[in-house]
Amino acid sequence: MTFCDRCGEAAARGDHAACERARALEPPRYCAECRRRMKVQVVPTGWTATCVEHGTRAS
Amino acid sequence: MPEILEMARAQVLAGGAGLGEAQILEVLRLGDDHLPELLQLAHDVRTKWCGPEVEVEGIVSLKTGGCPEDCHFCSQSGLFASPVRSVWLDIPSLVEAARQTAATGATEFCIVAAVRGPDQRLMAQMREGVKAIREAVEIQVAASLGMLTREQVDELVDMGVHRYNHNLETCRSFFPRVVTTHSWEERWSTLTMVRESGMEVCCGGILGLGESVEQRAEFAAQLAELDPHEVPMNFLNPRPGTPLGDQPVVEGRDALRAIAAFRLAMPRTILRYAGGREITLGDLGTRDGLLGGINAVIVGNYLTTLGRPATEDLALLAELKMPVKALSATL
Ligand code: SF4
Ligand SMILES: [Zn+2]
Ligand SMILES: [Zn+2]
Repeated sequence: MTFCDRCGEAAARGDHAACERARALEPPRYCAECRRRMKVQVVPTGWTATCVEHGTRAS
Repeated sequence: MPEILEMARAQVLAGGAGLGEAQILEVLRLGDDHLPELLQLAHDVRTKWCGPEVEVEGIVSLKTGGCPEDCHFCSQSGLFASPVRSVWLDIPSLVEAARQTAATGATEFCIVAAVRGPDQRLMAQMREGVKAIREAVEIQVAASLGMLTREQVDELVDMGVHRYNHNLETCRSFFPRVVTTHSWEERWSTLTMVRESGMEVCCGGILGLGESVEQRAEFAAQLAELDPHEVPMNFLNPRPGTPLGDQPVVEGRDALRAIAAFRLAMPRTILRYAGGREITLGDLGTRDGLLGGINAVIVGNYLTTLGRPATEDLALLAELKMPVKALSATL
C-alpha cells in the first residue's frame, strides 16, 4: 500500500493511526496504489470503491 | 429529584404535554448527578406515550456527492475539498438494498439524494426505483431529496412514498452559521407542504455543530412546534475537508441529556438514532439512549459512513426486551 486510503497521503510518511481507526466506520476514499479519489457507493450492508485505473474494491 | 423533573413528571409523563423552551433548557443544564433520573423519566415518557416497540429503518444514498449547497457539516457538498465523489446507485442495487434492509425486520427504507432539490432525472429515478421496490419488497418507502416544489410533493405521494425526511439541522438562530446557500425558512416551507400532502413528516438535525446549549433548547422547541412524526437525531461526525472537519465530537453525557430533553419536548414522536452515535456514544451509550427516550434506530450503514452491523443492534433490542415494530403496525 503506497497511499493511505483514507487521507490520500503517502502511507510511509506521517502517522495514519487515526486514519486506520476512522476506517472502522468509513469506506476507503483514495486508491492506495495511485491516490486517485475513488467512486464510492455505500449501501446498508457494505460498500464498493472504484478507481478508474485500478478497479473495484468491495467490503 | 430536581424541581424541573418533578414538573416534567406531571406535565409530560402524566399529561402528555411536551416541555417548552425554557424548561428544555433547564433539563439540558441538569448536572451529571441527575442524568440517571433524567434518562429514566424520558424512558418512562417514551414507554407511556409510544409503547415498547422500536422502529427499525435502513437508508441508502441514491445520488451521492456533488451537492451545490454548503451545509458546513456535509461531506457531500461539492463546494468543499471533501474526498467524496459524485456517484449514482443503479435501480437493481437500490432494490437489493431495500431487500437487505427488509431482511433485518426493518419497516422503513429511506432513499436519500444529495441535492438542493430534485431535478427531472432524480424524479424519474425515484419513480422507477420506488415502483421496483414496491413490487419486490415488503417495506415502507421514505425519501429525502431536499427542498421540493408542490408538484414534486404530489408526485412523491403518487409514487407511494409515505414519509418525507427534511431536516432543519439546527435551530433557526444558528442555521445561518451552518448553511448560507439556503435558509431555514425555505426548509420550513417544504416541511409545511409535506405535512399538507398527508405524507408523514420526518425532521431532525445534528447536534455538535457549535450551537450553544440555549440553541439546543431552541431547536427542540422549534421541532416540537413543527410536531413531526419522526425526529432523527444525528451527532456530528466531523468530516475531512468540510468547514466543521475539526469540530470536537459531542460528549456522550451531553448527547444523552439532549436525547432525554428532546423526548420530554416531544413525548409522542418517533425519536430515532441516526448518524454519529457510534462515535459519540459507543456501545454503552447506545444502550443508555435506548433506555433514555430513543425509540427508533437506523441499522446498517449510513450514506457515506458505516454503522455497526444490524445484527448487533437487533441483539441489543432483544436483550432490552424491546420488540421491533411490525410492518402491520405502520400501515
Ligand atoms: S443539502 Fe444535503 S447533501 Fe447538500 S450539502 Fe446540505 S446536507 Fe449535504
Ligand atoms: Zn491517512
Ligand atoms: Zn488507482
